[in-house]
Amino acid sequence: MSWQKVGVPILAMAIFLVLWELLVWANGWPNYKMASPSDLWPAFWKFKHLFVSMGWDTLWRTVVGLLLAVVVGVGLGMVMGFSRVMRDALYPLLVGFNAIPKATVVPIVALMFVGAHDFNTVLIAFMISFFPIAVSVSIGLSTLEPEYRDILRSLGASRVTIFWKIALPKTLPEFFGALKVAVTLAFIGTNLMEIVSPHGRGLGALFDSGKTNSDYPLMFAVLIALAFLGIVLYYVVVALEKVFAGWAERSPT
Amino acid sequence: MSEPLIEIKGVKHAYQTQAGPLPVLDGLDLSVPEGGFAAVVGPSGCGKSTLTRLVAGLMKPDQGEVWLHGQLVKGPKATVGMAFQNPVLLEWRSILKNVMLPLEIVPTKLSKRQQEDRARKLLALVGLEGFEDKRPSELSGGMRQRASLCRSLVHQPEVLILDEPFGALDAFTREDLWQTMHRLKAEEPFTGVLITHDLRESIFLADEVVVLSGRPAHTQYVMDVHLKGPRDLEHLYTPESAEALNILRHQIQIAQGRAPVEEAAQ
Repeated sequence: MSWQKVGVPILAMAIFLVLWELLVWANGWPNYKMASPSDLWPAFWKFKHLFVSMGWDTLWRTVVGLLLAVVVGVGLGMVMGFSRVMRDALYPLLVGFNAIPKATVVPIVALMFVGAHDFNTVLIAFMISFFPIAVSVSIGLSTLEPEYRDILRSLGASRVTIFWKIALPKTLPEFFGALKVAVTLAFIGTNLMEIVSPHGRGLGALFDSGKTNSDYPLMFAVLIALAFLGIVLYYVVVALEKVFAGWAERSPT
Repeated sequence: MSEPLIEIKGVKHAYQTQAGPLPVLDGLDLSVPEGGFAAVVGPSGCGKSTLTRLVAGLMKPDQGEVWLHGQLVKGPKATVGMAFQNPVLLEWRSILKNVMLPLEIVPTKLSKRQQEDRARKLLALVGLEGFEDKRPSELSGGMRQRASLCRSLVHQPEVLILDEPFGALDAFTREDLWQTMHRLKAEEPFTGVLITHDLRESIFLADEVVVLSGRPAHTQYVMDVHLKGPRDLEHLYTPESAEALNILRHQIQIAQGRAPVEEAAQ
């Protein structure tokens, strides 16, 4: 059981790498067309200190942006979930905001707060990832069956009590579903900013320097590092979900 | 006869809809003595659930009064217990913790230990001993409804409001639960109002059956059930029960507008 849980994904990754290697080898593609997995390790090794420090930059900015998205997203979701008027007022605004490609916002933000590289990066990570959280929390709260509220209200419970005892825990599965989407989105946001900002830091900047120096294996290595960080953060969220919303998972019978 | 514990006098209520006001209750009277158990039957959509919300203090009528224990109902009171067709158990809590939920809201003199003992005792009474630590999702529909009944009684409410609690269950499970209700009432006396669509259920459980007219509803007919206290399922098959069911069925047809009123007057 646990062997399967760990072994199968690792095997799948190994098969993926082998197929990738074969694809490049069979086509005889040069490095600048597509680097192969065997080229990546030397690239990692050569810049290992940069990968660690830049990876850390990307990671903490993403996490801070994501935390911000959780706070703001849950707040907006609560406002929209409890008030019909606010839902009608905010929904079109949020949808419109979300529809704007964040790549177009990046240069605007970069100009607006010139030089505040950390702040800009966190801001973009936040902007790209709060929407699914706000929507899921608002839907979770607004679809709470009235009987659940009545059970507590008939006992004289306050709105706050009803929120803590019923509405919040009942929304957790939806919240974590959205958080899984938001995690990967936040990574995209962080990297958009890191790639565009001149003299930036983070894996995005490392990717950009690979581009300027025509170091194609480095560019591919950065992509793999990003994927790796994404997987790690995703499974952190999965672990949190197990702890806080594990009850929602039905055991197979 | 003791003074009524639940007294509803001339209640009128209308909901505001986009198509204008929709009157649901129009001159509803109901009175249940302490320890009594009244069943309310009536056609679909006649405002039976509105009635439960009024008694629970979850809403105020446009006109008329609802009295509980000599006090005018102005808002929710902790002395009410409710159970619905949907058992609305909290999936993230064990059955025991679900049953104990009202004790977290209502002020209680019981210690944590006593609260748990009380919840366990109720669960044993409805036949859920050994399921205290299970999650609601691990229980069948009937078992969940049993747990929901325990939750509605755990804080020893003066009034128990049951809004079609057995409506979604299969016939055999339902009859099982009827008997559980009698067992509960014997051990944990309460004054109850049962909303139901099932006439057999109404005469099996209640002392008094109130038939509401179609919307907007008023009290159309009140029947005193010939048996009081616990009874066996066999009683549903006696000539007296058959007669009572016939009368009720006819009253429902009148309420639905399918039988002329004059005929009923005869």
